[in-house]
Amino acid sequence: MKRSGFIEELHECQEKEEKNYLSKKNIMEAAQHHQVPPARAYGVATFYTMFSVQPRGKHIIRICRNLSCHLAGAEEIVKKLRETLGIDFGQTTEDGEFTLEESSCLGMCSLSPAMMIDDVPYGNLTPAKIPEILEQIRRRENRNE
Amino acid sequence: MSEERQLRIVLRNAGLIDPDSIDEYIAHDGYSALERVISEMSPDDVIEEIKKSELRGRGGAGFPTGKKWEFTAKADSDQKYIICNADEGEPGTFKDRGIMEGDPHSVLEGMMIAGYATGTNKGYIYIRGEYALSIKRLQKAIDDAREYGFLGEHILGSGFAFDVEIRRGAGSYICGEETALMESIEGKRGEPRKKPPYPPTCGLWGKPTVINNVETLANIAPIVINGADWFKGIGVEGSRGTKVFNLMGDINWKGVVEIPFGTPLSDIVMNMGKGIRGGRKLKAVVLGGVSGSLITSEELDTPVDFNSLARIEAGPGSGSIVVLDETRCIVDIARDIAYFFRHESCGKCTPCRVGTEEMYRIIDRISKGEGEERDINTLESLGKSMMLTSFCGLGQTAPNVILQSLRKFRDEWLTHIREKKCPVNV
Ligand SMILES: Cc1cc2nc3c(=O)[nH]c(=O)nc-3n(C[C@H](O)[C@H](O)[C@H](O)COP(=O)(O)O)c2cc1C
Repeated sequence: MKRSGFIEELHECQEKEEKNYLSKKNIMEAAQHHQVPPARAYGVATFYTMFSVQPRGKHIIRICRNLSCHLAGAEEIVKKLRETLGIDFGQTTEDGEFTLEESSCLGMCSLSPAMMIDDVPYGNLTPAKIPEILEQIRRRENRNE
Repeated sequence: MSEERQLRIVLRNAGLIDPDSIDEYIAHDGYSALERVISEMSPDDVIEEIKKSELRGRGGAGFPTGKKWEFTAKADSDQKYIICNADEGEPGTFKDRGIMEGDPHSVLEGMMIAGYATGTNKGYIYIRGEYALSIKRLQKAIDDAREYGFLGEHILGSGFAFDVEIRRGAGSYICGEETALMESIEGKRGEPRKKPPYPPTCGLWGKPTVINNVETLANIAPIVINGADWFKGIGVEGSRGTKVFNLMGDINWKGVVEIPFGTPLSDIVMNMGKGIRGGRKLKAVVLGGVSGSLITSEELDTPVDFNSLARIEAGPGSGSIVVLDETRCIVDIARDIAYFFRHESCGKCTPCRVGTEEMYRIIDRISKGEGEERDINTLESLGKSMMLTSFCGLGQTAPNVILQSLRKFRDEWLTHIREKKCPVNV
């Protein structure tokens, strides 16, 4: 039954990495732990959208563009996010703070358009709220440092 | 919202009790169904009761739950599993999240009773990784239930042993498909398996496995407490009990409703959803998720139950109702749906991997005013091939709404192609 926790272990590895990703070393160690061949381990790490094998920012922004959010104007939010962050999907801001990603439906349809930043859901978004939300996270970070 | 038309069985406690408090759950009859089955009923009695209630799975396919349990109960094996499918990935669906966050113990109690009925001592809850709060609530519920002796060895002083573990998903719609989900729990890529064999006899690690949706499991304790006859008295022939729906789109009230099966769709949209936003006219409803069906305003009076909906090639599906008003463009909707499936196809089989890509490419072209009339035929034959030849339910249902839109809103598609413009200017 040891194998059962392989994906859980990948989650845990990724959460510990400052850069929110699975390094080659992470994958190989987890693979050895669970006696999974390296090729299969890499196949798993690249199958799931929550895992990344490339370094990412401190915070992952996941924005939904599926039906309910689409109807509520998700494209406007996407545009504003790209503009404010100066990056496209799959990219990380120069200061290493944010990575922008697309996500399939986040189950926040009654609050659409919606996104998550790390574990925190944000709903009823408008383009005007975007700079404010990002600024808040940056400020919190500075305070903690 | 017209509360009187709603009936809360699944959502009996949601919003009423503190979901983090096992004591409040117990104070509202919680775990009394578990106590009853252990002290008064044999495993066979439980299965008979669930069969008699005619409960059908709420995960989409509507398979009779009692029958599913019976297959696993009869399977001869040293190890069996109960899985709660909490991967909820269908766009426009968040009912399972509501149940898990509002009343996590109701899901656990359902799993325990399934365990008792089938002779199983191990359960997994597979929750999508994005549902951080659901994971937290359920973990707390599991820890508390263990402390109170509802999980573990010698449950309530009996010989019954059962324990539950959470497995987090990691971002993948296909992992909601039952066999892909099992692959994922086993630590692999979430690609579906060939069926048969079916999970009740050959599931997780090749062992007999009952896999049920969150909402299905939340129905179990009330059936045990109130009896199958009570449950059968709610709903209509072929669809007993209630169904939880998520209501959204161009309506005045968005949220969660629980209705007895047989309630007309128009009642849900026009009364509970308080009608179309801005006093506009209804154009269509995407029912049961983007893999579900497209209902026109002429079909809106159809009762929401398995049999009535099947007559118009629809079903309750995932429990999502997305309302579209007259200003919405059908090609734009189809494009958004095709975009989703292109992203979520797992790539295992060619019809789905290539088909979802092609569908998106063609629809995208049409939406930009670059379509040709033969594209319609291509989309139709491509969609039909995908439905017939895809390996699993993803590719088989991905074309549903798109094909129905080609049939029901053909003129609008043709206007995009012939006049290179959108009749509603999207
Ligand atoms: C592509 C695909 C995605 C699915 N996603 C889910 C899901 O998120 N949740 C769920 O309960 N069932 C989902 N299902 C259905 C499951 O395969 C399975 O039928 C269900 O978990 C059985 O539970 P039930 O009998 O209680 O309905 C999905 C099926 C397919 C083909």
